[in-house]
Amino acid sequence: MPEWLNILIRSLGLFALTLLLVRLMGKRQTSQLTLFDLITAIVIGVVAAALSLNLIENLGNGLVALAVWTLLPIGIYLLALKYKTVRNIIQGKEAVLINHGKVLEDKLLEARFTPEDLLSQLRRKNAFKVADVEFAMLEPDGEVSVLLKKQNQPFTPSSLGLQVNHESVPQTVMLDGVMLDEPLTAMGLNRNWLHTELEKVGVTPENVFIAQVDSVGQLYLDLFDDAVLVPQPKTKELAYATLKKCQADCEMYALSTRQPKAKKMYSECAEELDAVSAELKPLLKR
Amino acid sequence: MTVASQVKQTIASLKGIKATLDTFYHVEQNEENRQLLENSSQQISQVIDRLENRVKVLEYEEPQYKGF
Repeated sequence: MPEWLNILIRSLGLFALTLLLVRLMGKRQTSQLTLFDLITAIVIGVVAAALSLNLIENLGNGLVALAVWTLLPIGIYLLALKYKTVRNIIQGKEAVLINHGKVLEDKLLEARFTPEDLLSQLRRKNAFKVADVEFAMLEPDGEVSVLLKKQNQPFTPSSLGLQVNHESVPQTVMLDGVMLDEPLTAMGLNRNWLHTELEKVGVTPENVFIAQVDSVGQLYLDLFDDAVLVPQPKTKELAYATLKKCQADCEMYALSTRQPKAKKMYSECAEELDAVSAELKPLLKR
Repeated sequence: MTVASQVKQTIASLKGIKATLDTFYHVEQNEENRQLLENSSQQISQVIDRLENRVKVLEYEEPQYKGF
């Protein structure tokens, strides 16, 4: 057998084998790589490469090494899922680097972090001033998580005391001009509804690249033909504005009528509409 | 434009809003929002009723403008 054929067969076999083994090791390796994970990955890669290039004469020896380096981590991870101590040993513990706004120098030393490292990690989290940081923690995978002081945290609706609408995830109902039945049914809609909505904006289904429906059934479109301008749905805003207009109308009638009874009725209507619009504001405007 | 026709216009707008809220109600999945939409729609229909009664009075007072 010529050598190139040997290498070809070995490589193909090892490709499939390594793929299988890496799949067996699970997903967490790629998402958060600790040093240990990194070493395991490198060893597997090197052994597989050496085997496929015929650098290791005995195929069996190489396969044993490969098996140990994949099965052992799988075993250890299973143990780690059960026991906290195992977890601490193989994944390392997280370390608090900044607490109550003060840098803990001894912890930095323990983690082998220079002040420059700390600053650069903080900058990556958009914390350019150490004084802005209330708490920072070094995660086992080497990333630093930062909690800013309350006054430096970005605005959220709750910190502003605003009431907002519970908006659920928009459903994607069309991709590449193809209608997706499952998301449509999940929203309680059907193809007829979608055809009607598309007709309303004057777009053919073949021209739609992406179509999404929000929680109140408004359709957002992106077309293949970018020259065509699609009107953005404004139903919610329009309803809110009309409601406000009706309220103003009632107030005007109340001012212009001379009958006390009608005056009272109109101002009550205005108040009621005001209350309704205040209640609906989070839903329609935010 | 007479007062009656102005009030009628307001009633029409309110009916439009009510219809919009009702369509939202049927598509909305969040229970809290559904409740809110239903209540608002009911309140608006009460307002519509009161204004419609007023239109009847206005048309009785000025029958020459009835139907406008």
